[in-house]
Amino acid sequence: MDLDDIRDSFAFFDDWEDKYRFVIDLGKSLPHLEEALRTEDNLVRGCQSQVWLVSATVGDRLHLRIDSDAHIVRGLISIVLAAYQDRTPEDILAFDMEELFSDLDLLTHLSPTRGNGLRAMVSRIRETARAAA
Amino acid sequence: MHDIRADFPILARDAHASPLVYLDNAATTQKPVAVIEAVNDYYRRYNANVHRAAHALAEEATEAMEMARAKVAAFIDAASTREIIFTRGTTESINLVAACFGIKSGSRILISEMEHHSNIVPWQMLAERTGAQLDAIRVTTTGDLDLEDFRTKLDERTALVAIAHVSNALGTLNDIGSVIADTHAVGAKVLIDGAQAVLHLPVSVKALDCDFYAFSAHKMFGPTGIGVLYGKERLLEAMPPWQGGGEMIERVTLEGTTYNRLPYKFEAGTPHIAGIIGLGAAIDYLSALPRDLLVDREEKLVHLAVNRLKQMPGLRMVGEPRQRISIVSFVPLDAHPHDVGMLLDQQGIAVRTGHHCAMPLMERMCVPGTVRASFSLYNSADDVDRLLTGVEKALSFV
Repeated sequence: MDLDDIRDSFAFFDDWEDKYRFVIDLGKSLPHLEEALRTEDNLVRGCQSQVWLVSATVGDRLHLRIDSDAHIVRGLISIVLAAYQDRTPEDILAFDMEELFSDLDLLTHLSPTRGNGLRAMVSRIRETARAAA
Repeated sequence: MHDIRADFPILARDAHASPLVYLDNAATTQKPVAVIEAVNDYYRRYNANVHRAAHALAEEATEAMEMARAKVAAFIDAASTREIIFTRGTTESINLVAACFGIKSGSRILISEMEHHSNIVPWQMLAERTGAQLDAIRVTTTGDLDLEDFRTKLDERTALVAIAHVSNALGTLNDIGSVIADTHAVGAKVLIDGAQAVLHLPVSVKALDCDFYAFSAHKMFGPTGIGVLYGKERLLEAMPPWQGGGEMIERVTLEGTTYNRLPYKFEAGTPHIAGIIGLGAAIDYLSALPRDLLVDREEKLVHLAVNRLKQMPGLRMVGEPRQRISIVSFVPLDAHPHDVGMLLDQQGIAVRTGHHCAMPLMERMCVPGTVRASFSLYNSADDVDRLLTGVEKALSFV
């Protein structure tokens, strides 16, 4: 599902239940990271749920594999990936994730007080992009 | 019975467009009008620095602060106000003892696997500094203190045992009476972390005969940033001061300092006067309530919640202690506790998810964290219904 599809779907939701069911469904279609890659090094520490992130440069693009132990966080990761996956470092750095989450009314999940690892994950992807740019 | 919910203005608000159900009381309780007004009144009418000033406002502030100390002493049945040290909270109270209680290299400190990090880390730091040995009493699979293991580990080298009165993660009410008696029998001292107990149980430090008892005002309807360390007078007398500064001194020359008497010896700097006055108001408020009836009702609500959660498919209870106070912890079978927490939040239900600052206990119980619902005297049967419906709905999402 690309970013436009996600934005379109969100436009139809009029209550939190539809929205969160959708987010959780998005998470269900996210492939899991194999156990061997769920290492300390790949862990993005959140206070509550954990996020693992593996990145590789393919040509001039960044390919990301991300997983979490929480359903909602996996759904949010799918949204982040819709924006970042297989893009150039320049595109990634130019993209405003806060604005996207704000548009989708999910900004609280990116807030530093939530401690779900999402914000730290976005920072780490941007660092990787910066190093590759 | 007097509806105490009306005394807590915040309980009337909404969260995410639903009436708030506040079940995060183990983290902090809400404040009654009486406490909010007492703090407000201090700043409006008689704000001044305390002690040794020669004006009316300072006299009033000092009197209010020392009255609050007397209320605290009476509240926990301490022998004198000299045994009541004001701190920033339970954590600071424990750190004070860890910093000032004399421990020799080779001595032993006993904690338990169910402690909050604030009753683990200060002792680890102390052990590192002094070469003392730190050991943890095992917790059983039901979430109870393993008293057999405690008796095996308790020996003549033990200098101090530091354990929770009530577990902040599982709600276990520990049999601290027998821990204290056994510990004293080998000549060691006991510190009780009472943060989760003081609101829900009548505490008499005299009857318990504990050596130190630590708690926080904000978990018993008082303000944040203020707490209490109770210590037996002769132990506190023998301990060196902790922080240096104003208030804790009697006389300072550039060659040396004589320290103030108890309790001021341990209260360097301007105290949190508003917080102390707020704590005094919280105790007054509690004392005027039919506390036994309210505690009894709270206990029934907690048991109702436990029994109904146990019957719900898709989740597992964490900890089934013999005696439980105000807290219930569980994990969803097919989701992360955090998922349930977020979905409850959307329904206006405030719980806490995670390791509850008790990571060794989570490891012991083999869970990454739990969903914790913690009750207080103002919770209602409707809150239990909303929690149960909310959890059921949350589980239907995953």
